[in-house]
Amino acid sequence: MTSTFTSPSLEYSQLLPVLIVFAVALLGVLVEAFGPRRVRYPVQLTLTLAGLLAALAATIYVGVGLVSIGGGVAYGATAAQGSLAIDGPSVFTWGVLLVLSIISLLLVAERGLEGGVTAFAGQAAALPGTDAEREASTQGLEHTEVFPLMTFAIGGMLLFPASNDLLMMFVALEVLSLPLYLLCGLARRRRLLSQEAAVKYFLLGAFSSAFFLYGIALLYGFAGSFTMAALDEAVRERLDGQGLLLGGMALVAVGLLFKVAAAPFHAWTPDVYQGAPTSITAFMAACTKIAAFGALLRVFYAGLGSARWDWQPMVWGVAIITMLVGSVLAITQSDVKRMLAYSSIAHAGFILVGFAGVFGGGANGLGFTSLASVLFYLTAYGFSTIGAFAVVMMVRDAGGETTALARWAGLGRHSPVLAGVMAFFLLAFAGIPLTSGFIGKWTVFSAAWSGGAWPLVVVGVLASAIAAFFYVRVIVVMFFSDPVGAGPSVARSSPMTSAVIAVAVVMTVLLGIVPGPLLDLTQQLGAFVR
Amino acid sequence: MSLPRLVSAVSFPWLTVLGALPLAGAVLLAVLPRRTGAEAAKLVGFGVALLTLVLALIMLTRFEVGEGGFQLVEQYEWISAIGATYSLGVDGIGLTLILLTTILSPVVLLASWRDGHEGRWSVNAYVAWMLALEGLAIGVFAATDVFLFYVLFEATLIPVYFLIGGFGGPRRSYAAVKFLLFSLFGGLLMLASVIGLYVVSARAGDPSYLLTTLRELPMQEWTGRLLFLGFFVAFAIKAPMWPVHTWLPDAAAQATPGTSVLLVSVLDKVGTFGMIRFCLQLFPEASQWASPVVIALAVFSVLYGALLAVGQDDIRRLVAYTSVSHFGFIVLGIFAFTTQSGSGSTFYMFNHGLSTAALFLLTGFLVARHGSPFISDFGGVQKVAPVLAGLLLVAGLSSLSLPGLSPFVSEFLVLAGTFTTSVTAAVLATLGIVLAALYILLMYQRTMTGPLRADNERIRDLRAFEVLALAPVFLLIVGLGFYPQPMLDVINPAVATVYEQVGVSDPVPDVPVTTAEEVP
Repeated sequence: MTSTFTSPSLEYSQLLPVLIVFAVALLGVLVEAFGPRRVRYPVQLTLTLAGLLAALAATIYVGVGLVSIGGGVAYGATAAQGSLAIDGPSVFTWGVLLVLSIISLLLVAERGLEGGVTAFAGQAAALPGTDAEREASTQGLEHTEVFPLMTFAIGGMLLFPASNDLLMMFVALEVLSLPLYLLCGLARRRRLLSQEAAVKYFLLGAFSSAFFLYGIALLYGFAGSFTMAALDEAVRERLDGQGLLLGGMALVAVGLLFKVAAAPFHAWTPDVYQGAPTSITAFMAACTKIAAFGALLRVFYAGLGSARWDWQPMVWGVAIITMLVGSVLAITQSDVKRMLAYSSIAHAGFILVGFAGVFGGGANGLGFTSLASVLFYLTAYGFSTIGAFAVVMMVRDAGGETTALARWAGLGRHSPVLAGVMAFFLLAFAGIPLTSGFIGKWTVFSAAWSGGAWPLVVVGVLASAIAAFFYVRVIVVMFFSDPVGAGPSVARSSPMTSAVIAVAVVMTVLLGIVPGPLLDLTQQLGAFVR
Repeated sequence: MSLPRLVSAVSFPWLTVLGALPLAGAVLLAVLPRRTGAEAAKLVGFGVALLTLVLALIMLTRFEVGEGGFQLVEQYEWISAIGATYSLGVDGIGLTLILLTTILSPVVLLASWRDGHEGRWSVNAYVAWMLALEGLAIGVFAATDVFLFYVLFEATLIPVYFLIGGFGGPRRSYAAVKFLLFSLFGGLLMLASVIGLYVVSARAGDPSYLLTTLRELPMQEWTGRLLFLGFFVAFAIKAPMWPVHTWLPDAAAQATPGTSVLLVSVLDKVGTFGMIRFCLQLFPEASQWASPVVIALAVFSVLYGALLAVGQDDIRRLVAYTSVSHFGFIVLGIFAFTTQSGSGSTFYMFNHGLSTAALFLLTGFLVARHGSPFISDFGGVQKVAPVLAGLLLVAGLSSLSLPGLSPFVSEFLVLAGTFTTSVTAAVLATLGIVLAALYILLMYQRTMTGPLRADNERIRDLRAFEVLALAPVFLLIVGLGFYPQPMLDVINPAVATVYEQVGVSDPVPDVPVTTAEEVP
């Protein structure tokens, strides 16, 4: 038997953003291996920043060049032998992911708050409380490996929502997850908490990956192929093997819902959000959610869209549970980061409401499609949430960040501007008008209602009312409570963190008052290409 | 370029400027350096509010009295993807409430010259939030786009929240949160309805949030009813009606008198205003369907509020409960579906704003002078503070609708109109007037008359600026009491237009009228 190897044909120009990101990550590893310690931080920061900016430019280039299919029904084509889909939704997700990654990178690189070093462990291998650790910290060591690790994660995130092939999607999932597990455990302060978070995230993440993989296997058994197109065709034409389809669908859903932090697969979220270095939490809260929702939408709309009568009830249930669990449990939290974690669960629920509408435009093409609404919501939420975590980074006392809510009392008197900014983000999360959060809620709820899911909208509205309570509680603590003891102080950060907060505020205002351009863009992305 | 856009581009944007002026004042105060001092901040605030009033009066001359539709219309594209436009306009109803807002704002700022110092923040913040509230309230009353209305409606919560929570009594934080949560709950229910309107409108063709477009929208019976409920509950919380009124007494007892005035006299009117503007016009069928229940709730609010007012010892809670009762009258008039009662309700909103402002400010002066809000801590105050006592009596009498004072006219119109459609409701509501006499006169008797209590001797009479601040309010109460026609001329055509759109006509008198032609 002779086997000939045919090299795959790759559309390099279409894949440019992904290729740039991975190339930068690899270069970063080389810098770690050969660069002297002194120059690593500036080199890594410059390299990563330049790489992400180049990838963003490449994304715009790819986006402009997308070819219209069927008179604007969709744009783009599949690439890399059909394993990736470079279409409107993919390119939009890439753009948003890269922008948010760039501003998260500025938080990761912040050195002003810890006295000249980053917020990552000096030497992760040194056990907490040992001489080795003390030595590492007196020498001012820092792990600049976080930059390539983060870049690898970004590369995985770019691949994940663009995967047109379930196997590719699994690879992307692992590429994005593994560096994140590591990054979670690298906090300089409260290292045991951080390491515990990393282990929890790793174990549960591995568990959910296994579910996902098993689901892929079942779907392969059903369709005989990994691609979305084959899956879609099989769903429409095959009558036998429904057990495989349902089982595979459910298991794939578990894997993806775990990543978006939907209940009942949310248990990791509060622990990991609390334990991870705050800049990484910000990065995960914004970017992982976007990538995972992008993948979720692609699998269920492009691959399993014709079986939606089977999965829609499941999404309804998950959406309701997620909204209620997120908003009710958030009320009892006494730690700001945990509160924001439950808030992110609640927001996953609101996004699932838009997803559950499965609304593809009215008879005359009017109304917000589910896809457009979810993408808009993710963008709006991403900016606000990174901003909120950036504020958390700056509120400190002698022991590092003070995330206990009680210690935030009187922040409004100490630093009215920072507390005001935080209040503004919280109001955006609560969906108060003139913020992006309001327009986001409006879009997902209107997509759901247009798709006939108005009971979900009612539950969503009630959950929003509950959620408003705990956002308001933080505002009360900051502005109306008297400080305990010396009270919190706000550290002077480098201009990077201030810039991130400024960008987040501006975007939250802009998307709240003039959301028109972005809304139009999300509506013109077209459908998924398979 | 479409025609309305061209027209509005030429004419002066009165409403935008009127709303933007106080907002600009608020921004100016926020950036004003702290060292310029509290007096400067108050002067700036008062000046801006006065300027807004002058502008509103000039705008009044541009208003065509006798027209029922929207005037001074401005319309620009805003978020085309969701059919939202920036469109403003006033009819007689909106104009009345904008006038009320612009009259009361300088009054409040002058009268609360000595407030805001003991608050958590500087006086600058106090004045700035007040101006912000004025600007947003003007926008709410002028919005003719449902989406814009909703955005401004929710945005007003922020200044009020900080006004209650930042400046006021010891339990102000609790009161502020309670206010915010009640309002947010209502607002979110309304959001569901606002989204529903979009969906209905998108299915019918072109999605639009313009009031004039939505009015023509065909709607299924139950869709309309459910959407109506979302709006109505939000407005009932705002108004406030029994059983969702409980936030008001707490807020009024903890807030400064100035905040209470803006909250109850101006902002709560958004509730009843919204019922006329949105519930009735967007959902005429549902409004009629719901009217028996709404009338029952309104009558209950009238009696319940009055009864609880009789039993209050805290003078500020007393005034709050009288408002629950008065808002019952206003809602009753709106849902009685006669032009007479509807005009009465609209005029009632204006008058209630004036008389409640007077009551809150005067009781505020009283409480600030003695340091206790309880009626039982006062006695014989008229001996030491005759002007305060006299004005409080007039304000009280206006609250109980004494003939010759303006609230009488509106209350009479409401009851007379209601009588033609529902005798029972009218009769029961009349009991509210009797109870009003009880709570006002009892309060006056206990605090002002009788022997002077020993610890009341140091209560000093009103200062000149306090009398000056209240003077316009009392002039209007008395003036419109004797000659209400100018206001009614503004209000009547607008209300008639609304009820025409709803499709109700006033009941015809039962007695057959024979005219000359019919005689064989």
